[in-house]
Amino acid sequence: MGMTITEKILAKHAGKDVVKPGELINAKIDLVLCHDVTTTPAIDMLEKAGMDKVFNPDKVVVTPDHFVPNKDIKSAEMVNRIRKWVKKHKIKHFYDIGRHGVCHAILPEQGHVVPGMTIVAGDSHTCTHGAFGAFSTGVGSTDIAAALATGELWFKVPETIKFVINGKLPKGVYSKDIILKIISDIGVDGALYKAMEFTGSTISDLSVEARMTITNMAIEAGGKSGIIEPDEKTLEYVKKRTDEKFEVVKSDEDANYSIVMDYEASKFEPIVAVPDLPSNGKSVGEVNNVKVDQAYLGSCTNGRIEDLRIAAEIMKGKKVKEGTRMIVVPATTDIWKAANKEGLLDIFMEAGATVSTATCGACLGGHMGILAAGENCISTTNRNFVGRMGSPKSKVYLASPATVAASAIEGKITDPRGFLK
Amino acid sequence: MKLKGKAHVYKKDDINTDEIIPARYLTSDKEEELAEHAMEDLDTEFVKKVKKGDFIVAKENFGCGSSREHAIWALRGSGVRAVIADSFARIFFRNAINNGFVAIESKGISGKVSDGDELEIDIKSGKITNHTKNEDYIFVPLSDFAVELMNDGGLINHIKKGAKK
Repeated sequence: MGMTITEKILAKHAGKDVVKPGELINAKIDLVLCHDVTTTPAIDMLEKAGMDKVFNPDKVVVTPDHFVPNKDIKSAEMVNRIRKWVKKHKIKHFYDIGRHGVCHAILPEQGHVVPGMTIVAGDSHTCTHGAFGAFSTGVGSTDIAAALATGELWFKVPETIKFVINGKLPKGVYSKDIILKIISDIGVDGALYKAMEFTGSTISDLSVEARMTITNMAIEAGGKSGIIEPDEKTLEYVKKRTDEKFEVVKSDEDANYSIVMDYEASKFEPIVAVPDLPSNGKSVGEVNNVKVDQAYLGSCTNGRIEDLRIAAEIMKGKKVKEGTRMIVVPATTDIWKAANKEGLLDIFMEAGATVSTATCGACLGGHMGILAAGENCISTTNRNFVGRMGSPKSKVYLASPATVAASAIEGKITDPRGFLK
Repeated sequence: MKLKGKAHVYKKDDINTDEIIPARYLTSDKEEELAEHAMEDLDTEFVKKVKKGDFIVAKENFGCGSSREHAIWALRGSGVRAVIADSFARIFFRNAINNGFVAIESKGISGKVSDGDELEIDIKSGKITNHTKNEDYIFVPLSDFAVELMNDGGLINHIKKGAKK
């Protein structure tokens, strides 16, 4: 019996020839990603245990992003603590203000992700980096502490569900619509403890950035990781950014999958996940006319340059409806600069939207666009739980950048297809 | 190990970490500060009624969403000794193991236990006794590894202990 890409990566990092789902292993970690909220507790734990060390400072990337630029004194103290720790341990990959951005957007953008590696971060959306054929998973602060100190972590080898998507996506339908549809089909625990492997001609046709939107939301189906086999596009993206050597790993033909699900791309349509779960996907036509108080374009899910281009194309020369606010948050400093250079930020500002600096910000109800009771937000982010973006009495609707842009113009949830030439 | 406590039952699937501890409080990682807001967006009365040693009983996929370990700390700080659910989200369950916090998976438990029932959990034998209803339920016993971590006082102490060997 062959192995899946996930099993192969885990076997190699556990020093084994073969691993099987359910097996408990100790795996070497190639990269530990640290952000502001979950890292300070890890530092505390290590100091308290007298284990304040870092197994390899070059394998640690530190990106304060949740409450950045710091929203209050407590978050400022938190990041200051991290700054001192970074200095003490001579960690050079530190993305402080001026180079800052959302951790999962920065990591691949700055060339830290290569195929076949193992990545952990104290953040559930760490599954994003599976888009590069890496095993990447979210863990808690205790795990971060353990990984920082030892460069290893325990894992139960997951079973894999394979999603095969073939064919051409219709106009106005994007990778966000694919993943929202899949999550709606299998539910928020449909892939609990499992790896989600995405394959097929539709996935091959997607850009690397668009693929990241899919793996990013694996956790919203309960998945341990999302993964896509590397191809020419992956290698081109990665090699442009790093000289790091790596090995391309692929699933065997006779690998074992717990389930295989087939999709025909031509049947996809724009999806809106209505409150209060990402699995509440509806076709956009079923929810049009829902009033939009705020439209939010950003996050590790959909805050990359291609997302901004898609929204800008729709918004060019148009205005955000009176009574609706639109907030655009380029996910990293480099994306901000690129969007500025391309004139995208002008398009948004002329339309009456505002553009903020990179931050996780309002996606998790942190700051920079919190919702009041009774308000509706259509958002390109990943969660629409109760109170996720502010008041427990506010509502979040998840959608693609195109749907968010079209909805901002109309002031209500709107099918983007009418705006595309 | 046997644990005795009162059940606070939430007959709801997918109770997520934003409900257990909203992100607006994540500028702190202190248990006593987080505890003041435990379960706040689901049940504003929770912190007033929970007593030290109590249990939470819930339906499927408890603790889904963010990886924040603050969810465990907020519950533990508020006095919760264990969560018993039909099933758990992966990262919450992992964080529980790493913290030596008791997370028990028992299919169908949310339909059997009523709010306020007095329960007793026998970790070793995998049995929950409902003293109020005079019923017994079984659960998936914790893995040897989870028990080892619990006995060592969590993952960090476990590693420390291993390093000394």
